Amino acid sequence: MDLEFDARYDDFRKQVRAFLAEHKPPRNWGLSDGRNSDRVAWLSLQIEHGYWARTIPKAYGGYGAEPDLLETVIMDEEFNRAGVVRGMMAQGPSMLVPTLLAHGTEEQKQRWIGPTLRGEVIWCQGYSEPGAGSDLASLQTSAVEDGEDFLINGQKIWTSTADRAQMCFILVRTEPEARKHEGISYLLLPMDTPGIEVQPLRTMAGSIGENSFNQVFLTDVRVPRANVVGKRGEGWKIANTTLKHERSSLNANAEGTWMRLARLMEKEEVNGVPAMASPVLRDRLMRLQARALSMKHHGMRMLTCSLKGESPGVAGLIVKLQNCQLNFDMAALALDVMGELGALYDHSKYEREHGYWQAHSMFSLGLIIGGGTAQIQKNIIAERGLGLPREPRLAKP
Amino acid sequence: MDFGLSEDQLLLEDTVRSFLGDKVPIDRVRELREQDCPTDRALWSALAELGIAGILVPEAQGGSGLGLLDAAIVSQALGHAVTPAPFLGSAVMAATALAALPARAGSEASEWLAGIASGKRVFGVAVTELFSVREGAGVRLQDGKLSGKAMMAIDSHGADFVLVALDDETLAVVATDTPGVSLTRLATVDATRCTAELVLEAASPEAVFEGAGRVIARTLDAGRIALAADALGACESMIAQAVAYAKQRKQFERLIGSFQAVKHMCAEMVGELEPARSLLWYAAHSFDAMPEEAPLMACHVLAHVSEIGREIASVATQVHGGIGWTDEQNLHFWFKRIANERHLLGGPEWLRDRAATLQGFAPAA
Repeated sequence: MDLEFDARYDDFRKQVRAFLAEHKPPRNWGLSDGRNSDRVAWLSLQIEHGYWARTIPKAYGGYGAEPDLLETVIMDEEFNRAGVVRGMMAQGPSMLVPTLLAHGTEEQKQRWIGPTLRGEVIWCQGYSEPGAGSDLASLQTSAVEDGEDFLINGQKIWTSTADRAQMCFILVRTEPEARKHEGISYLLLPMDTPGIEVQPLRTMAGSIGENSFNQVFLTDVRVPRANVVGKRGEGWKIANTTLKHERSSLNANAEGTWMRLARLMEKEEVNGVPAMASPVLRDRLMRLQARALSMKHHGMRMLTCSLKGESPGVAGLIVKLQNCQLNFDMAALALDVMGELGALYDHSKYEREHGYWQAHSMFSLGLIIGGGTAQIQKNIIAERGLGLPREPRLAKP
Repeated sequence: MDFGLSEDQLLLEDTVRSFLGDKVPIDRVRELREQDCPTDRALWSALAELGIAGILVPEAQGGSGLGLLDAAIVSQALGHAVTPAPFLGSAVMAATALAALPARAGSEASEWLAGIASGKRVFGVAVTELFSVREGAGVRLQDGKLSGKAMMAIDSHGADFVLVALDDETLAVVATDTPGVSLTRLATVDATRCTAELVLEAASPEAVFEGAGRVIARTLDAGRIALAADALGACESMIAQAVAYAKQRKQFERLIGSFQAVKHMCAEMVGELEPARSLLWYAAHSFDAMPEEAPLMACHVLAHVSEIGREIASVATQVHGGIGWTDEQNLHFWFKRIANERHLLGGPEWLRDRAATLQGFAPAA
């Protein structure tokens, strides 16, 4: 057990701190504006210093450093401390880029990785369909060969940022006769292609939250056959690279949320005394602290496994399940602490922390479902982690 | 940065687990529960030879001089095997207290530590009244003699000495064969631990240590972390037994482990267990390396393991169905060990209240 970072990382930490002391992010650089020169300049500056796209080869627009997990940890810690988002939370960098690096052609890598990292091209993910949620491989959106092109018809749902994205990485069925996992292809689709209609999908969180979801309707959408990533019919395997990246990116900062909750309890008063004075609420806060500390140190354990190149086994599979439920439970206590006022929303008079806890509650619930539902997670834990037998398939009627 | 067990610690874990699997299989535990005190002194001597009884005793007194994380690994193995042994009282709590005292205690404490390490002397610990006074319990010192009673004294029945906390600042050592000292075993649901009532009638203590507040606090931290490790080890075994059973039991012409209802119970148990294991490692490490963090971590890890332990013990039994509720199936040994441990050294509500106080969230009692 050794919780110290090697001395050679001290310099690196100093460099990151110096960068953050010198440079501040521009005011508006998020995804709300599809093409934003401020965003591109800010992300390019981070790439130049190696704080974003650090391990992506220079040839593809990255910084080109050797992977070093502790450097990643230090960058995350220092950016968090400074209250600055590192890089860009978006599906292009987190999901498409690793997929292209693993499966793309040289031309695809050259063309897309750099602009994606710099925020010049925003991507959306065309996976889920109304009839294909947990059973994603049953997706029905079809792509039929037509000359040099595919003609796409179908519907996608839960497509965040589809209203602003220039591109979509989409799963379509190209071989309708093949078995369900073998007939899928992974395509790169420009969102300005005729036949694409994007409709906003209003979620339970209503006005709050920067992730707006959409439905995407595709009618005779024409895309060149050359836009397939990997081999035709191997889209399921390729998508699984991406899904793995999605799950590992769902590791939330439980300790930070817990500290915010504790501050709320010290501040929020009822009957003239702070919520923290209530033994009942305090007991709930302490229960949550033990869980948050567990997940924090569990994260250190997972990091150690990665550093050593060891598989954490079942201990790694439970992270998403536990973290998402913990976040929901922390929001639940915050809402109870605020009592009647906990229900206030939409900038109402007396609303606390701009509705943060209501939003956190609903988005935590969304994350319990999204990226593989809790129930699918439990199947994975039981089958892959504990070796329990799969459920027998029903005989086809 | 290396958050995990070292090669030596993995070897220690392996050694203790295979020793216990070999020498104290569950059939032997069944035999031991029929005795007045299930602690088997021959077994304890054998564990002492492995360096287990003196794991926290300094090398100068013949111990292994290891840290609390090492002790937690052993404790976890003992819980995993539901082994009756005075590890918590003698090897963890008494050893921690006595090793922290020698400057004042001199040769006596040194001798006791050597006795603990050799396994020839076993210490029980009476501290319940620091958190919970019932039935008019409490021990007082008057004219150099001890009188009163201490309830639920850990590992004390069959012990040679008992370390008694008179209050937050005062410790005493009594020899159990001294006139005026009587120990009565209190039968608990858990047949694997020798819990006793200690009654003192003007008994002469071997020693009294005043101004020992810091020593008592460290002793409780160590005890709580080791106790959490024991319960975690018991949980680990219950989950393994439930998973193994789900892989061989058939109902409705299917292995029950193929039903999602059963699968999800198993996934939920392991989902609670693994992060608690990480917390335990950190808590034990903090005791050795970051003592200022240890009191909070000790409260949290024991309270948390107690909560998830109750759930795991129940769910693992349910996976077994009716057979899990029989005496013959043995699962109840683990269920009861976890159930009893929940109430030692504070109990979850008390521990969380203490955790809040330590952080300035609650008024000090």
